[in-house]
Amino acid sequence: MPKLARPLILTFTILLAAMLLSIGVGSIFIPIKTILTTLWDALLGLPPATADAEKLHIILLTLRLPRTLLMAFTGAALAGSGAAYQGLFRNPLADPYLIGAASGAGLGAVASLSSRWPSNILGFLAVPLMAFIGAVVTVIIVYSLAKVGKTLPVTNLILAGVAVSSFATALTSFLMINASGELRRSLVWLLGGSNLAGWKPLIGQLPYVLTGLAVLIAMSYRLNVLQLGEEQAQQLGVNVPRSRTIIILAATLATAAAVAFTGIIGFVGLVVPHIMRRLWGGDARRLMPLSIIGGAAFLLLADILARTLMAPQELPVGIITALAGAPFFLIILRQSRREVW
Amino acid sequence: MLLKVNLVSAGYAGQAVLRDIRFELPAGRILALIGPNGSGKTTLIRALSGVLPVVDADLHINGTDLSSANQQERARLLAVVPQSTHIPPTFTVDEVVMMGRTPYINWLGSTTEKDMQIVENVMAITDITRFKGRMSGMLSAGERQRVILARALAQDTPVLLMDEPTSHLDLRYQIEFLELSVALAKEQNKTVLIALHDLNLAARFGDEVLAMKDGTTAALGKTEDVLEPATIERIYGLAVDVFKSPDNRRIVVIPK
Repeated sequence: MPKLARPLILTFTILLAAMLLSIGVGSIFIPIKTILTTLWDALLGLPPATADAEKLHIILLTLRLPRTLLMAFTGAALAGSGAAYQGLFRNPLADPYLIGAASGAGLGAVASLSSRWPSNILGFLAVPLMAFIGAVVTVIIVYSLAKVGKTLPVTNLILAGVAVSSFATALTSFLMINASGELRRSLVWLLGGSNLAGWKPLIGQLPYVLTGLAVLIAMSYRLNVLQLGEEQAQQLGVNVPRSRTIIILAATLATAAAVAFTGIIGFVGLVVPHIMRRLWGGDARRLMPLSIIGGAAFLLLADILARTLMAPQELPVGIITALAGAPFFLIILRQSRREVW
Repeated sequence: MLLKVNLVSAGYAGQAVLRDIRFELPAGRILALIGPNGSGKTTLIRALSGVLPVVDADLHINGTDLSSANQQERARLLAVVPQSTHIPPTFTVDEVVMMGRTPYINWLGSTTEKDMQIVENVMAITDITRFKGRMSGMLSAGERQRVILARALAQDTPVLLMDEPTSHLDLRYQIEFLELSVALAKEQNKTVLIALHDLNLAARFGDEVLAMKDGTTAALGKTEDVLEPATIERIYGLAVDVFKSPDNRRIVVIPK
């Protein structure tokens, strides 16, 4: 097994710091000590002692904490599936957007939001379900368009992904313009950044994200071997079609759950795995957990900036991930000139 | 007989690329596979390694019928050194060699002491121990080719198939690489099939030669019987002279 402890502790420390910062920063600043005591009291079921403490209690438990966790899991899902797609397609550009998963999820979610179907039956759980269906259908279309016989040429995959993505995005725009009442809601959603408060979005996405990421971590070794190429993986005894299908489904599930509640947040799935690969190598058994933790930390930090830069107005977090991610990515790229692909 | 091939036809749905290829090869012997571009050398290796969609053939290794073996069982019997020297560059050399143990380890990739020992051993044999911990992206083509050979050896198979393993190497590395492969075949009693473009290399390293043309057998036999002017002209459409080397031990083929 690759050495994992040191980078794991390092990224996890950064994630913890980002979480505390994310809970603390906002219209009212809450110091770390207060955060910890309030959380501890809530955990023990103790009622807040004073009126001030009760106010903090409410802010913390109904606003800051769920928001922080939602962003953390979204970042984890995007970066984890990004690492999976990049490895699987052996392409540095592959990410949830390139192969159509995210735009398909977006289309499914907007269709569900604007038609209010099937949310009248399933409530808020309808959105992730429709997003997943949208994502899977899109990926299947991309996959079957790109397939030549039994092989899947990467160039075909990317061309098909870009074309189908554009089509899905256009359909999404069309739906948004038609659904006038929902226009604003969808638009804010689409730019990234959760406009849903409380615990509902987190509860809605958590089962999908956890399932998807758990499968991806379990498939890490298979993902390593697949990076040798389809034929060589097969000659090493790997059932390539089955492994590939499992990885694509898991990554698509995680992506769809992320997109369903936080909209389209670009760059996380592309940048975070690249940074982790540069720093600690390409072995997916290392890269996958590190990307997941790193993605959570990255999106939390971006979200803190989105909330504070133009406070009290909140920026869509997708703008920040691109603004901050691109230069950071380029610096890393310049510093280590080793060939990575 | 270790490797038995009785191939009726192979290729893609509705399109056979190979037909009528039959040979048997005992352990410790080396079969050089020659033929012009597009004659089906690579396709034959793909057919034997189970990555070609349609194969109508009777293939046996040590008596095991490959058609009833799954991909993992096949990978324990037969390893392939591909033509391409691509290795994912952010994997270390030892990580890549360890991938050769894939048919023996579980799907999580947990390795045992035995796997470690085998990897160390094959890295020593192929003289890449000093690259341990180094990223494969920093190696030269010749070094990468040795890493790929080490990976195939880590598979610990009785049969080794090599697809023009020397096409990216300079003259010295070509000879060194093939000498190493031949020595391994003899020492570990492996059955080796090497596709080669260079007839002089085929003459030097092959115990036997299988010449292919248009996806089928054009000639099969002892090296000096196949590599003679009339046969070569028939296969390549090129008139050649065949000489003995000055030490009288090898054949040299030169176009007229």
